[in-house]
Amino acid sequence: MELTLAIAIGVLTASGTYLVLRPRTFQVIIGLSLISYGVNLFILSMGRLRTDAPPIITDKANIDPSQYADPVPQALVLTAIVIGFAMTALFLVVMLATRGLSGNDHVDGKGS
Amino acid sequence: MDLAHVAILPILIPMIAVITNLLIGDGRSDRFVGLNIAFAAMSVLVAVLLVASIILAGDAAVAVYPLGNWPVPFGIVLVADRLAAIMVLLTAVLAFAALVFASAHWYRNGTNFFPLFHALTIGLYGAFLTGDLFNLFVFFEILLAASYGLVLHGGGRNRVRPALHYIAVNLVASSLFLIGVALIYGTTGTLNMADIARVSAQLGEENRGLFEAGAAILGVAFLVKAGAWPLHFWLPTAYSAAVPPVAALFAIMTKVGFYALLRLWTLVFGEGNDFGQNTLFVLGLLTIAYGSLGVLQSKALDRLASYLIIVSAGTLLLSVAYNDPGVTAGALFYVIVATLAAGALFLLKDIIDQGLPAEAQVLAVSLEFYGDEEDEEIDEDQEVSPTIPAGTALISCCFAIIALLMAGLPPFAGFLSKFIMLSSAFDASNAPTAATWWYTAAMIISGLLVLIAMVRNGINIFWTSMPEEGIQVRVAEIQPIIGLIGICVLMTLFAGPILDILNDTAALLHSPQAYIDAVFTSMRNTQ
Repeated sequence: MELTLAIAIGVLTASGTYLVLRPRTFQVIIGLSLISYGVNLFILSMGRLRTDAPPIITDKANIDPSQYADPVPQALVLTAIVIGFAMTALFLVVMLATRGLSGNDHVDGKGS
Repeated sequence: MDLAHVAILPILIPMIAVITNLLIGDGRSDRFVGLNIAFAAMSVLVAVLLVASIILAGDAAVAVYPLGNWPVPFGIVLVADRLAAIMVLLTAVLAFAALVFASAHWYRNGTNFFPLFHALTIGLYGAFLTGDLFNLFVFFEILLAASYGLVLHGGGRNRVRPALHYIAVNLVASSLFLIGVALIYGTTGTLNMADIARVSAQLGEENRGLFEAGAAILGVAFLVKAGAWPLHFWLPTAYSAAVPPVAALFAIMTKVGFYALLRLWTLVFGEGNDFGQNTLFVLGLLTIAYGSLGVLQSKALDRLASYLIIVSAGTLLLSVAYNDPGVTAGALFYVIVATLAAGALFLLKDIIDQGLPAEAQVLAVSLEFYGDEEDEEIDEDQEVSPTIPAGTALISCCFAIIALLMAGLPPFAGFLSKFIMLSSAFDASNAPTAATWWYTAAMIISGLLVLIAMVRNGINIFWTSMPEEGIQVRVAEIQPIIGLIGICVLMTLFAGPILDILNDTAALLHSPQAYIDAVFTSMRNTQ
């Protein structure tokens, strides 16, 4: 599982970085999305990888922390996803505005 | 009122301001200008209250506000120590001046100026006050989201393109921020900054490398915000594209990066640990060099001001890297002066732009290429004494004072701050090291280059391009500028007491045990 996740994060981030450096706004926004997916997976992995371990404690009588997953990274990922979506949406609006104002989708507003 | 409760007020007041603005609707209506100025004034009052209560409460007083009263390592805390309180006050003053300036007419150039403006201050206050690493990220995003909107305020092609770059760069920086935070959480198991400081001292060898990698990635995110070379390239275009009151408030945004670096590095790595100091020092030198060259080549005043911000970012990075309480105290003095002066310069630029004929800016550029028209006949009446109208005289005086402040020449506070930094750097070690000499050279040469650039621009504006009848200056617009410059002048007059406070601040910063203790004992019994 560690290897799969590591490869997934690596591929997402690498492709994202490549796309962010491309000259078209569409490529940049897809790249930013891929990077944020990679980052979200990375945050999740920082809580240590576990299967079948819920982050929510149900049985209050006898708590064994080793039976549960770390809830903090999950809360962080939730926040990061929300913020990431909002920022991507905002970026999309600005991107469309540039497209409308400059007549093409180059990040510098020039070229054909 | 309990000291701790004051810590949340700077965030609450702009939040109420945003909500009120959204509820009362149309932001372009004149009726609500007074209300918004009142909100900004209230923020200044609260910030003064915060600073005063912390300074009066004693040497190592730290106001800690546990949100929701959760126990400390798990819950989120707001921590107002002296540094945070001073930065909050600085933000409040600058925001007030920029808002008063914008109330003249700039707020009408687009929708929702006031809510965005207040939202930006929420993010700034929050970033200074938070004691939690992830919350620092959240407040960064709040201030960035608002700043994206504000960069676009006024619209038009010339704003949208730099805004696109600005947003893309900052989104990538935010991703780096999250990776850094996640790595630090993964190795220390906590997000509370005081707790990180406690845990990081006992980290095992196997986690140390990962932890430092996390800190370094986080540092890169902060350096992007601080506008350090080579991560600064978005800054001049975005800042000069923004409308002047927004650009003035942006003058403090690079200082958030400086603040975060200073806070985390002194807190987590502490005294005697030189993690990343050399890198920061070299980056600081390169930033200051790049900024100075940029200042020299700027022909328009807004680009000049943007590069001045990069110069001050470099100066501050050097001072963080120097890692000495005396230098830090000088840097805090400098950060106040440089922020207020840069803000005033952005505002002043707007008045000058309004007054100058449209071709004057072009003239300033073309003069460089085609040389001065020296053989122009001079009218006899003009030669004797052209009457300088009061408006022009006033803004040229303001310009001159800002130039002296920025270049660090006596008699004003800019000189004092640089003098404090340099003399502390020489006091810090018995024999000055190579770093000290680099530091001195960077400060003095950058000051000289800034002075040359400012004087050249001043000559271009006030001697060659000024229209005969002078510039009409609106009271609402000149007041905040005079206010900002006045504060810098007052800081010169009361440099002694202010420096005492800043010295204590720096000492507290460099021995963070009091901060850590205050955070851990902050649980209050409500029963």
